[in-house]
Amino acid sequence: MKDAKVASIQVENVSVSFPVYSASTRSLKNRLIQSATGGQIRADRVSQRISVVQALQDITLSLESGDRLGLVGHNGAGKTTLLRVLGGIYEPNSGRVRVEGTRVPLFDIGLGMDQESTGYENIILRGLFLGLTRQQIQAQLDEIAEFTELGDFLSLPIRTYSAGMQMRLAFAVSTSVVPDILLLDEGIGAGDAAFLQKASERLKRFTEQVSIIVLSSHSEDLIRSMCSKALLMEHGRVICAGPTEEVLERYRSMRGW
Amino acid sequence: MSSDAHGGESPLLIQLRQGLRREQIDKAWRDIVAGWQRRELWMTLGLHDVRQRYRRSKLGPFWITISMGVMVMALGLLYGQIFGQDLHEYLPFLAAGFVVWGLISTMLNDGCQAFIVAEGMIRQLNAPVSIYAYRGIWSTLIAFAHNIWIFFAVALWFGVDLNWNLLWIPLAVFVLLVNGLWMALFFGLLSARFRDVPLIVGSVVQVLFFVTPVIWRPEMLPGRALLLDLNPFYHMVEIVRAPMLGQAPGLEHWLTVLTILLVGWAVTLFFYSAYRWRIPYWV
Repeated sequence: MKDAKVASIQVENVSVSFPVYSASTRSLKNRLIQSATGGQIRADRVSQRISVVQALQDITLSLESGDRLGLVGHNGAGKTTLLRVLGGIYEPNSGRVRVEGTRVPLFDIGLGMDQESTGYENIILRGLFLGLTRQQIQAQLDEIAEFTELGDFLSLPIRTYSAGMQMRLAFAVSTSVVPDILLLDEGIGAGDAAFLQKASERLKRFTEQVSIIVLSSHSEDLIRSMCSKALLMEHGRVICAGPTEEVLERYRSMRGW
Repeated sequence: MSSDAHGGESPLLIQLRQGLRREQIDKAWRDIVAGWQRRELWMTLGLHDVRQRYRRSKLGPFWITISMGVMVMALGLLYGQIFGQDLHEYLPFLAAGFVVWGLISTMLNDGCQAFIVAEGMIRQLNAPVSIYAYRGIWSTLIAFAHNIWIFFAVALWFGVDLNWNLLWIPLAVFVLLVNGLWMALFFGLLSARFRDVPLIVGSVVQVLFFVTPVIWRPEMLPGRALLLDLNPFYHMVEIVRAPMLGQAPGLEHWLTVLTILLVGWAVTLFFYSAYRWRIPYWV
């Protein structure tokens, strides 16, 4: 069982700020001209040139095996940024992030699917994205193919698929590798209704095996059903953290309900 | 890791100094090594890139071969006349030069786009960012493997002396690819931040095509001008072209290219250490 594996996440005083570039600050030519002509008025130059958005401020959190954390907050509260920091995509400007265990960010399960390639090729491609080797994917190919129920369609380019069929394929591959740490943005979609029952069973088995899940969502139901803990964020800061119900309560009162 | 608000000192200098910190250099190096280990991924992506360009066409990637072939023929006949060259000598020379130039210029131009076009993946995938540079180099190599047949066809037709010097080609191409990798990392990084870099590089490459002896022979330039020896691309082309035409490559060309490789990698590693972590923020 995967549960035996020790996974952990330690985040200490992490801050992330984004430079927001305008068209002119995106130009090397302008930049060079600027530094050639306006070298002495530095203070002005810096503040005018690039505005900075503070996406995360002084975040500290710690997660251990078995933790299921839900991130809640308004749009732009920093949930996705935090997920990306946890996933190792963004390196923070300051503070420390320590992660033990394999982590898989699953923000868009269809990422990297190639419309012109066949279903089988896409299974391999998606698998490689998830960090598997070609050999490991080959070993699971039959199981994945069977789960999708796509049959002979798997030999056709996926541009011939309906949206639901593509979704099935992406879903089947994405839930075939169990990472230690799973990072989700708005959960995992599974496509059409007939497939839903089967998919939710698979999803359940899948998520049960993962050591740590961090899920960011606007759906309280989803958070409630999956997470034991929650974290409320606002303007890049942690407002409160604790058991899911308490945090959701606080979130509701904050929104003025 | 970095700093945005330090009074007094320019943020640029602070940032650059980060690049010299041991820990940052280690991280950058690990990114490049880990990128290499994910080669199954970037090889697949590179292959898909090539196929994408020629999807649903009967000939597929051989369009690359054909368009290069037409170009070589047209230019060869035209410039052969203009320069008053013997076609038996000139066409193989042009074909070889053209194919090699294609490799170098594509590495440069695509290198600039390496991170920009991978925007979606960079922000969703926790893979080392260097994989996008490898990916570009790989698809360039695939295109080169299609193009080189043009040269062999021309060479066989005109009875070029293909000899043991051909064995230099794989080594020389490999050195060019390693050079291409630092170019992709360096210019890719710069382009991610400054979006006019691909345009600047593109036009410089275009000028270099005419300045570098690809359609004209080095001997045509009177007195072996400085213009020739100072042009790094001349040496890069020469280490591959000379063995293709059956000559041993000159030592001075190899030394120059190896120097470029070392200096290029040193500079790139420094910049990559300082700014690699910013790439996901920039794209």
